[in-house]
Amino acid sequence: MDKKAFVRPVVQAIATLLQNANFQGFFTGKIYQGPVKNVCVPGLNCYSCPGAMGACPIGSLQSFLGARSFRFPYYVVGLLIFFGALLGRAVCGFLCPFGFLQDLLYRIPFIKRNSFKLDRYLRYFKYIVLGLFVILLPLCFKQTPFFCKYICPSGTTAGLLLAAADSRIAEQFGGLFSWKLVVLGIVLSASLIVWRPFCKYLCPLGALYGFFNRISLYRMAVDSSRCVGCDACARACKMNINPSVEPNSHECVRCGDCVRACPHQALKMGICTGHKSEKLDITD
Amino acid sequence: MRRYVLTFAFILAGTALIVTGVILGDPASVLSKAIRICMECVGIG
Repeated sequence: MDKKAFVRPVVQAIATLLQNANFQGFFTGKIYQGPVKNVCVPGLNCYSCPGAMGACPIGSLQSFLGARSFRFPYYVVGLLIFFGALLGRAVCGFLCPFGFLQDLLYRIPFIKRNSFKLDRYLRYFKYIVLGLFVILLPLCFKQTPFFCKYICPSGTTAGLLLAAADSRIAEQFGGLFSWKLVVLGIVLSASLIVWRPFCKYLCPLGALYGFFNRISLYRMAVDSSRCVGCDACARACKMNINPSVEPNSHECVRCGDCVRACPHQALKMGICTGHKSEKLDITD
Repeated sequence: MRRYVLTFAFILAGTALIVTGVILGDPASVLSKAIRICMECVGIG
């Protein structure tokens, strides 16, 4: 394997460990309650996970929107814009623990299928999840984080980890947990076949960061003087994008497979990559 | 060049919102939610 291909999993593993560094929580079933927890992490990491050191941005956003006395969530929205403008969906590709879990599952040898008829339609569902479950429903029906309650598989994973350490938690599980377990089961089983199904179809955070892909500091550019249109990048892309045409598509999580697949080194990815574009006639 | 103006405008806007939120005490609200087990999140409801 290409040496560069190891960089991303290593960064993902470090990011996952740092965001879940309260190791004793996994044995005691108690969540971290220190001052660092007022900082939202960039990726999807439930704050009720026994290891979580930070707050989940989607959970925090719903908590503000669903509060009895509404106050605009300046801090959480500011952090989301900041992370988005800086990294775009590179957050999904490098920093999200749930994305890392799906990547690991996809490595298990099984039938792989990333291209199918419903794929392009299902991708719009994550925008519905963002608009409806994260914003509208918590705003209309106060005190209920709809996404966390009915969909979030990261929260279900946190519930399982807590229950493993503390049987009193497991005793309280009922119908809602069964539903959430079904959602988690579908997502994890699908991850064996489809690359990152949760990121593609359900993740509201990915939907949000996707809007920033076109303007984020960390970006991709195509050197049109080198690109011969062989589509090797499109064939390598597990998100079904053609990077030579849409290098900064909403869907791109910056995994870098296309950059490594290009036989002519026409794709570049990094901070301020576009600066070279004027000189090299790069389209992005 | 115009794209970079937009990028840095968003980074500045994000920073300004974070600072505003910190002044208004948002991190304390985030902390108070994050240090308790979220029953909905873990599936208890």
